[in-house]
Amino acid sequence: MDYFLDEQQKTIKALARRIAEERILPVRAELDEKEEFPWDIVKELAAADMFRVFVPEEYDGLNGGCLELCLVVEELSRVCSGVAVTYAASALGCMTLMEYGTDEQKQKYLPDIASGRKLSAFAITEPTAGSDAANIKTTAEKVEGGYLLNGTKQFITNGGEAEIYTVIALTDKTKGARGASAIIVEKDTPGFTFGKKEKKLGIRTSATRELVFKNCLVPEENLLGKPGLGFIQAMRLFDRSRPGIGAQGVGLAQGALEAATDYARERVQFKQPLITMPVIQSMLADMAIQVEAARALVYAAARHVDSGARSVTEESAMAKVFASDAAMKVTVDAVQICGGSGYMRDYPVEKMMRDAKILQIYEGTNQILRNAIAVNLRKRKARTA
Amino acid sequence: MNIVVCLKQVPGTTEVKIDPRTNTLIRQGIENIINPFDTYAIEEGVRIKEKDGGKVTVITMGPSQAEAALREAISLGADEAVLLSDRAFAGADTWATAFTLSCAVKKLDKYDLIICGRQTIDGDTGQVGPELAEMLDIPFVAYVSQVEEVKDGCLRVRRMIEEGHEVIETTLPAVITVAKEINVPRLPSLRGIMKSKSAAVQTWGISELGADESTVGLSGSSTQVIKIFFPRRVHQAEMLEGPLEKQVDTLIDRLKNAGLC
Repeated sequence: MDYFLDEQQKTIKALARRIAEERILPVRAELDEKEEFPWDIVKELAAADMFRVFVPEEYDGLNGGCLELCLVVEELSRVCSGVAVTYAASALGCMTLMEYGTDEQKQKYLPDIASGRKLSAFAITEPTAGSDAANIKTTAEKVEGGYLLNGTKQFITNGGEAEIYTVIALTDKTKGARGASAIIVEKDTPGFTFGKKEKKLGIRTSATRELVFKNCLVPEENLLGKPGLGFIQAMRLFDRSRPGIGAQGVGLAQGALEAATDYARERVQFKQPLITMPVIQSMLADMAIQVEAARALVYAAARHVDSGARSVTEESAMAKVFASDAAMKVTVDAVQICGGSGYMRDYPVEKMMRDAKILQIYEGTNQILRNAIAVNLRKRKARTA
Repeated sequence: MNIVVCLKQVPGTTEVKIDPRTNTLIRQGIENIINPFDTYAIEEGVRIKEKDGGKVTVITMGPSQAEAALREAISLGADEAVLLSDRAFAGADTWATAFTLSCAVKKLDKYDLIICGRQTIDGDTGQVGPELAEMLDIPFVAYVSQVEEVKDGCLRVRRMIEEGHEVIETTLPAVITVAKEINVPRLPSLRGIMKSKSAAVQTWGISELGADESTVGLSGSSTQVIKIFFPRRVHQAEMLEGPLEKQVDTLIDRLKNAGLC
């Protein structure tokens, strides 16, 4: 389907696909098996200017928006969702800086992120604050010379590998979520260490770690925007980043659909290829419909975000929920079509199925997002009633 | 350091069809790519530039669509591009091609090192590199697998030979052809692609080169392809069976009948 991408968007998508096929595909299984952080691939992505895509021109970026980021994420996910999230997490880690940072703060950090010399990461989740993100306990106490951080962040993508962290912490713990602020913390700041690297079901090449702050002193100028706005900043960030998770789903589902189609064409049972059997055809058709519908919704939501629309919560939640559910369903069916072979690690679809599950969980579980969509429906109705 | 890389645009498939009337490739509907061996030449040129400074100029001879190959080379790090395109250049063999390239190289301000791929995947002759060196009357090294040092007007390279490698030093300017072992060509960057779209590509025809028509294209070629054909498969195998002695007798009979003994 023609999505009327412009010349630059087509270029970005085509190059991302080339990197995925030529550089990631040959090492995909090994990265998953060894659970190794894909530094070589990160370097390739950096050399190809992929980290510049989401950064403004004045900070050495290419000025792309949500849609451009989605195109890269989709193509990387088509081959390896673990690499895709590593890339996307660096965008997530600097989006608050891009939106609320001063020119000085942006000058200091963005060029290194754009060039891919440094990765970034975003940290809000804590042991007590998952879906209930307002329930964070990490504090950033105002002291002479800056903020003193104490607490533990959990399940942080790019944790330990990134150099630049955007951390949401309570600068005023008496106010709860209204006392939260976004603060930049650099790796190697004294008092900032990393917990264990998590062992995961999928996206195993990506790094997920705890961030541990023990009397970690961060200079005052690292505060992003005004104190007390951290929670709102984070919610606004996720509103803009969720189409990216949707794009991960689109790419993942696309990859699974292609793998299942290839297998169905080659696999002969009862003297005929599987793909000639109506029951398989029906499954493949349903998978293709899911993929295309997810892509259409994700691109539309991304364009809505890029339009500068004031409210994007529902649209981006819909794109994330639909595309991640589609990815889960399509990858499960891809394994089913590939049968016993599909269950084996020699074939890529079992990895895709494992990788898909997280998409329904992170950046807002699909349940909490459905809740958000429903709340908005109810509010609107109440207003017009 | 002025580096010149000569490249050729070739069909991106091995399933090419030959026009039976003209004995040339049917190029319609076939995606063109940079000759894969030339991508190593571009990469090596760009690496030397990145290390030692200077610029990389890419040259190709071909129809106007060959400009796409030059733009791709720019996206990979080349700085300047020259397209040699003229009706008079058509039908050139390797000699006329090398001559035309040599005219273009001489027309450049200055050149220190000329890098070519070891051969093309369509013609497969491997002749243009050495011919170019002859015509420019400068040293030539083939099958280079590593550029060890470029310094003070000298070049030290490793050249692949059957059972190992030779280390060769030569003065510059020189021509080298590179083997695929020399590097892993990079992928283009987004900024490179964007730059390549707006980059200036000069086109030089016969008048710009100041060459005589009789020295270029078909008229400047000492060879001409008369016919291209698939060799007929005439061999057939027959397994002799039965007791060994009988097999030997049969074999001798067959050889005698064939006039081979």
